[in-house]
Amino acid sequence: MIPISLIQSTAETLMDKAAIEIPQDYLDGLKHAAATEDGDLSSFVLKAMLDNYEAAKEDRRAMCGDTGVPRWFVKMGNEARVEGGMVALEAALRRATANATNGVPLRPNRVHPLWRTDHDNNVGIGAPEIEYGFEPEGEWIDLITVHKGGLFGTDYRMLFPSDGMEGIKRFYLDTLMAFGKRGLACQPAIIGIGLGGSKDICMCLGKRASILRTVGSRNSDPRIAEMEDEFKELGNSIGMGAMGFVGKNMVIDCNIEVGYCHTGGMPMSVHAFCLSSRRAVARIHADGRVEHRTDPDWFTDYQRRETVEWEPQKEAAE
Amino acid sequence: MSPREVRLSTTPTDDAIADLRLGDVVYLEGLMYTAREGVYMRALEDKANIPMELPSQSAANFHCSPAARINPDGSFDMGAVTATASFRFAKWLPEWMAKTGAKLIVGKGGMSSKDYKEYFVPNGAVYLSTVGYGTGALLGRGVENVEAVHWNEELGLAQAMWVIKCNKMGPFIVASDMNGDCLFERENAKIAENVARVYEGTKPAVLKRYGESDDRTDEVI
Repeated sequence: MIPISLIQSTAETLMDKAAIEIPQDYLDGLKHAAATEDGDLSSFVLKAMLDNYEAAKEDRRAMCGDTGVPRWFVKMGNEARVEGGMVALEAALRRATANATNGVPLRPNRVHPLWRTDHDNNVGIGAPEIEYGFEPEGEWIDLITVHKGGLFGTDYRMLFPSDGMEGIKRFYLDTLMAFGKRGLACQPAIIGIGLGGSKDICMCLGKRASILRTVGSRNSDPRIAEMEDEFKELGNSIGMGAMGFVGKNMVIDCNIEVGYCHTGGMPMSVHAFCLSSRRAVARIHADGRVEHRTDPDWFTDYQRRETVEWEPQKEAAE
Repeated sequence: MSPREVRLSTTPTDDAIADLRLGDVVYLEGLMYTAREGVYMRALEDKANIPMELPSQSAANFHCSPAARINPDGSFDMGAVTATASFRFAKWLPEWMAKTGAKLIVGKGGMSSKDYKEYFVPNGAVYLSTVGYGTGALLGRGVENVEAVHWNEELGLAQAMWVIKCNKMGPFIVASDMNGDCLFERENAKIAENVARVYEGTKPAVLKRYGESDDRTDEVI
């Protein structure tokens, strides 16, 4: 049984870490970009960002003034049990979000869409989002918080099989061009592409590809992994860099996730996880141990399963 | 080549503004206030009295909501500060400038050269862009003091009018000048030369959208 107080205190720590500490995989990717960038202005921008990450850590202040829209992904091993059940867990995550908004402090970004009511704590109707995933074994629970920017860099389109790879590339480039100009997408970014699923799930797949996978990770399908390499290269060949200035670094990495879709369609979404790629993860074990990390490790073989039954032993033997 | 670095007052002289060149890197000194849609609507549409002497106290309008809190004793903690995209405020800016004498509009992404020529240049104003975007911690270090917050109860912390004292606050990049030229449009034009080559081997979607443009020199703002 995992104590609810441990869930809340861990969640508050995660809120703090996500806002302040740039994940190492993104930092390594950006350092590589800065070393290769030759545009005057975009080089200056990347250097300023590297200084900014240092300043944030030294001062323990949020790296960006727009601290995004905090949200939660909860993954549980099949045997995990939470004190008070899942309603208690949701309350703990809402409390942690509100407390950290005041504590770090974060910007209270969440308002009612029509009445613009702001509780000044990033909590409200449907906020923070809490989404769930499960794994076949384990008594642990993974808490993942992501504070993604909420306005620019994302688009969705229903494509069709006849659009083919040429159409996928076109929509990818269109999204980078549209939101890359003037740096609205706060690039260079981790670009996530969702292909397939229902329309809403297509958006989720792309978003999760950008925020729940790390720089340097590759899809387990080797042909999709090749696409990821190719699309990263394609995005960086536009000639656009940070802030939409002339440059060669638009895409720190490109991650693609797929889901089965309607036989007549090929829905596609594109998402950009920005220069402040805020994510933090902790695994809480049943014995009270807490392990912090920055890789959500969300897309396991189980999450990408294709078969009716989950038969890990058979999969392993093949 | 590194960009030129300039120190600038938030109540700048006309000469200081005329001297700025596109791409210069600016650090600010003096008082700056945040104002975005909430403040514009309250001041211009609801005709509320602006709680500062403008432009004598400050001619610098920051399109910003800070990551900040008001403590129980009334003091402030401001962590990170960055800008929000400015194109959305074009509706209010001409009237705001006329009313407040703002000379420095500080934000994200700039405005169009049309905006600059129509009401920035006639008001002797230029646009300064934040850098990154996301140098919130660096800009936060440049906040020497939070002098006041106005209208937080009416508008919430994110839309309130925060008054901050800048001490070598930056970096910002000069994105418009007294010719009304636009740094971002200049960069767009350079990038556009390469776009046709990048799009080779792609094709338009079989299902069109209303209002869709195939001209990659267009902007979405």
